[in-house]
Amino acid sequence: MPIRLADLPRRRFGMPGNAACPGCPETMGLRYVKMALGDNVVLVIPAGCSSVIQGMVPKSGINFPILNIVFASAASAASGIKAAFEMSGKNYNVVVWAGDGGTADIGFQSMSGAAERNDDIIYICVDNEAYMNTGIQRSGLTPYGAWTTTTYAGKTEKKKPLPFIMIAHNVPYVATATVGYPQDFIEKLRKAASIRGFKYIHLHAPCPVGWRFDPGLTAKMAQLAVQTGAFPLFEYENGKFSLSPYSGMYRNPQKRVPLVEYLKLQGRFQMVLKDPEKLKGLQEEIDDMWRWIEILEKYGAAALKR
Amino acid sequence: MTLKALTGNHAVSEAVKLSRVKVIAAYPITPQTTMVERLAEMVDKGELEAKMIRVESEHSALATTFGAAAAGARAFTATSSHGLLYMHEVLWWAAGARIPVVMAVAARAIGPPWNIHVEHSDFIDQRDTGWLISAAQENQEALDLTLQAFRISEDPRVYLPMIVALDGFILTHTVAPVDVPSQEDVDRWLPPRRQPYMITPESNVVMGNISSDEDYFMMRYSMQAAMQAAKQVIKEVDLEYGKTFGRSYGGLLECYRCEDADYTIVITGSWSGDAKKAVDMLREKGIRAGVARIRFVRPWPEEDLKDRLANKKGVIVFDRSVSFGSYGQLFTETAATLYGAGTSMRGVVAGLGGVDVRPEDFASEVMNFVSRVEESGRVYEPQKWMLPKKYEYVAKEVGI
Repeated sequence: MPIRLADLPRRRFGMPGNAACPGCPETMGLRYVKMALGDNVVLVIPAGCSSVIQGMVPKSGINFPILNIVFASAASAASGIKAAFEMSGKNYNVVVWAGDGGTADIGFQSMSGAAERNDDIIYICVDNEAYMNTGIQRSGLTPYGAWTTTTYAGKTEKKKPLPFIMIAHNVPYVATATVGYPQDFIEKLRKAASIRGFKYIHLHAPCPVGWRFDPGLTAKMAQLAVQTGAFPLFEYENGKFSLSPYSGMYRNPQKRVPLVEYLKLQGRFQMVLKDPEKLKGLQEEIDDMWRWIEILEKYGAAALKR
Repeated sequence: MTLKALTGNHAVSEAVKLSRVKVIAAYPITPQTTMVERLAEMVDKGELEAKMIRVESEHSALATTFGAAAAGARAFTATSSHGLLYMHEVLWWAAGARIPVVMAVAARAIGPPWNIHVEHSDFIDQRDTGWLISAAQENQEALDLTLQAFRISEDPRVYLPMIVALDGFILTHTVAPVDVPSQEDVDRWLPPRRQPYMITPESNVVMGNISSDEDYFMMRYSMQAAMQAAKQVIKEVDLEYGKTFGRSYGGLLECYRCEDADYTIVITGSWSGDAKKAVDMLREKGIRAGVARIRFVRPWPEEDLKDRLANKKGVIVFDRSVSFGSYGQLFTETAATLYGAGTSMRGVVAGLGGVDVRPEDFASEVMNFVSRVEESGRVYEPQKWMLPKKYEYVAKEVGI
């Protein structure tokens, strides 16, 4: 069922006084989470930008019940909350909202554990591709060649292919989404909420501060990432892989917007643009992702269930 | 009265079941393992209506337990040694969030080198985290303390999590007769779970977002006030427990023949039993000795210790842990408590890594202390290491 904007709730979910930077993708994303899941939800947030965006005690700039938790254990705290709800017969959604550090790096162990146990939670990795809250340091999800404050000459390693690693956990639902296409994200959230077990959604979240672009361009940047093929949107549901409609036409590299159109708007890629070798490396990282997609489309669950 | 032959670990498992815990999360570590194995069995057999979450690490074990507790479930975890150190960060978080949680700690040495035997460094290392920390002397007390831990930590005057420590192997794996209360009696005695707030969609509560420095400071102040209030709660619960189940232990501090004692041993954990035996031996020799057993390291039994020790000729503290570069931790705290009292003091570090300390070892150490006090008047010897017999010669070379 396609989602019509007119049908979505109009309530304010980001409150005045929240501490997000101008053009922040996280407040956009959080708004969509509430639009998708309504009031039947509890958020678990580890250390990261969203711990700050909430604003200060005793108030909160985000209209959600939230358990803030230490960096490494968001998924396990969520498993505990869900267990308590199950024991009291309540069917609430427990949603982890964690950054790329809290997911791919320091939080990976606890998330992998929760996925392996197939605990009934929705895990959203808000991927802004570096440790933004501490000041733009590189993460396991920073793209190849990108400048950060700990990679002055550009990152020399490729981005960890996290959505595929989560597919390899054989959980019931894995999807990628972006703040650039809210309907797609909301649809995926609602589907995730209808499935029992561990659900993983990898949300692409362009950060104007860390990526060095105009804060008015967040949504456009997110859309360009899809249109250039740099961030493909897809779903993996019970062994079945499918490319999402917004990415469908970009399977064919000829139809993609040229990658440089995406890179040239971002300060972090200026060195990549000047160095053909670096540009090649970044293109390879993207091609690797599409190869994963090709394999999964071809074999689906069979690729896992040898 | 139903006496069962139980290890310390299984005694705690029984208490967890009797407390109708709803969520358990744990990661195995020797010597805690048999406790959670038994709990997993109880859950799988339907003897305990709870969810058992087999997490992938201790850090997650406490985070999961905390999450469940924050969402309203009575929750329990258990660990030991390295597992407890790995959890350390989450201990601070749970206490700071004022969410009652109960955790058993099978007290064990910390590597390297690997050593699975008893020592108190693991739970003593948690003393600044805001958890109530108790230590059992026997299997029966491990069960009793676990039951009491839920009542104490869920008391609105306290709302802090609590550790029940039991010595690795000495208690965890040694079978002793344990009086297991009936479910009906426990149901009557232990009220339904109370907690300051719950994370649910209806509550719309936010826990842990950034505060002003002043608010942060005041939250820390309130934790200290809760620790202070906990002293009274612990005493009340101990007395009420005695009325229902026939066993009371003296609250924060157990006094064994210390009322009329000239010399008192301060000690915690299972080896207190050996110290008590040493006291009996010393009394036969005409030395009026006693034991003040620390049942709660946190809150520290300051007032009780002052009452018991201020006018003694001598106080000798045995630590099964040490703060390197300082002294045994119980010694430092006892010395602070007795500031200005003029009592002679000695701190003894002993039994590390499970090295056995027998009643006669306690007795001869006390006799040595007594003769030092008698010949020199006031003695202050903050650290004496009771080295293993075959290494005693090293003390002369090192000079401590």
